[in-house]
Amino acid sequence: MSDEIKISVRNLNFFYAGNHQALFDNNLEIRANHVTAVIGPSGCGKSTHLRTYNRIFELYRGQRAEGEILVDGENILSPHVDVLELRRRIGMIFQKPTPFPMSVFDNVAYPLRLHFKLSKSEIADRVEDALRGVSLWDEVSGKLKTSGLALSGGQQQRLCIARAVTAAPEVLLMDEPTSAIDPVATLKIEDLILQLREKFTIVIVTHNMQQAARISDYTAFFYQGRIVEYGRTEAIFTNPSNPKTEEYITGRFG
Amino acid sequence: MTMMNNNSISARRRGLFRRRLADRIVRLLSTAALVIAIAGMGWILWNVCARGISVLSWSFLTESTKPWGIPDSGIANAILGTLEITLGAALIGIPPALLGGIYLAEFGRGTRLAGIIRFATNVLMGMPSVVVGLFVYALMVVPLGGFSGVAGSLALAILMIPVVLSTTEEMLRMVPDTLRESALALGCSRTRATLAILCRSARSGLLTGILLAVARVSGETAPLLFTALWSDGWPRDYFTGPTANLPVLITEYSTNSPFAEQHAAGWGAALTVTVMVLLLNIGSRIIFKEKHHVR
Repeated sequence: MSDEIKISVRNLNFFYAGNHQALFDNNLEIRANHVTAVIGPSGCGKSTHLRTYNRIFELYRGQRAEGEILVDGENILSPHVDVLELRRRIGMIFQKPTPFPMSVFDNVAYPLRLHFKLSKSEIADRVEDALRGVSLWDEVSGKLKTSGLALSGGQQQRLCIARAVTAAPEVLLMDEPTSAIDPVATLKIEDLILQLREKFTIVIVTHNMQQAARISDYTAFFYQGRIVEYGRTEAIFTNPSNPKTEEYITGRFG
Repeated sequence: MTMMNNNSISARRRGLFRRRLADRIVRLLSTAALVIAIAGMGWILWNVCARGISVLSWSFLTESTKPWGIPDSGIANAILGTLEITLGAALIGIPPALLGGIYLAEFGRGTRLAGIIRFATNVLMGMPSVVVGLFVYALMVVPLGGFSGVAGSLALAILMIPVVLSTTEEMLRMVPDTLRESALALGCSRTRATLAILCRSARSGLLTGILLAVARVSGETAPLLFTALWSDGWPRDYFTGPTANLPVLITEYSTNSPFAEQHAAGWGAALTVTVMVLLLNIGSRIIFKEKHHVR
């Protein structure tokens, strides 16, 4: 695996409506084809940080990000960036699965029809590939035409991952993707994340420290909007240099 | 010490008794209110059915109205006219109302313009329908020199707009933000996310709002007196001439006619319009339930 830097965050500050500052001078280098976990107590800015990478926060009036986020060297916070193309390149998985109100097939085909001009058979092939990629094909191949909302929670989340993958992104952002899902389904998704690492750069926000330890290569510890510590996951979990990090990962607060 | 304890226990008992009494009284009053409301509705339905059902017949539903004395008079022209006027109102009123609701829920959140639109919608919602009729009369009937079905449609459309607009906004607001975000996160434009995914997710609610609005206006009388007026003929001149319709037929036959046969026909028409509105209401309930109870 290469150690090239995919995303470089420089002096990122973030404000909610009313100039309420949520992130303070965040600096972070995300390595390509690795899993980077973002951990920290509730309200520390983990999700807020993640949501700047695809500028999804712009949906809400009054929220703004200052600083630079370089993706392959280009500052994506610049107003000149095509935000729709940015979001194709940087996919996102949410805490609660969000199947669209349409069939399983149409859910996965949605980004294909949105971004690429493909023939029907090419679409069918890519949908199958994506569903196989998330080990969902065997479970849903007989019910591609049923509503995506009829699947179980874990299946819905894998469907959403398949849907994100068909947009052919470079980065996958995951905002607590397993916190609304049962333990068995969680393990499946964790396995999946380890496979996806081969093709994508993954940044995952998680509340679950065991999960961060199991699946991530790098870990960033957030506290009160600041990045307190960032490094290789083994180092953070076995030998944290900051006492706050140690307190958090040993469960003394959070 | 014991004295005080005894005192506080009896005070607590008194408090408990008072609360129980209050509970009984509120229950009794709300049950009574419910009985009055349902009894009122039942009485109206019973009256309309009892008086209307005797005149219902095949020819009543297929023949047009005729001047008194000519046999085989029916109400078919008024049924068709009502369908024309209501359909026209839906075509005029629904598109701007849907788009306005979408604007309020999606694009205009928190803006001044949205606040103004919402206020105007509330004002329009409370506007007496007779005023709307008068407005269309001055706007369309007088300048164009005649009553017409399409003027009736316009008046009803104005009454529909606030209803459809506010239900559209409400239904879209019920769609969780995570669905909005996940559509945008795939690289959808805001417009596409709204039309292709959010409206689809809210579609049963949107349809319910439309059906309820149609049901609400299809029995309106006052605006039609100023616009579509009345005709004994078949509704062929929707755009240019007075157009028969059920509400005005009921008014005319029941209050302006000295003839018992026409009074009876008025009850028959009342029953017909009641059944039509009831079917619309039931239909909208079925659509809404399908979505919200059985996925």
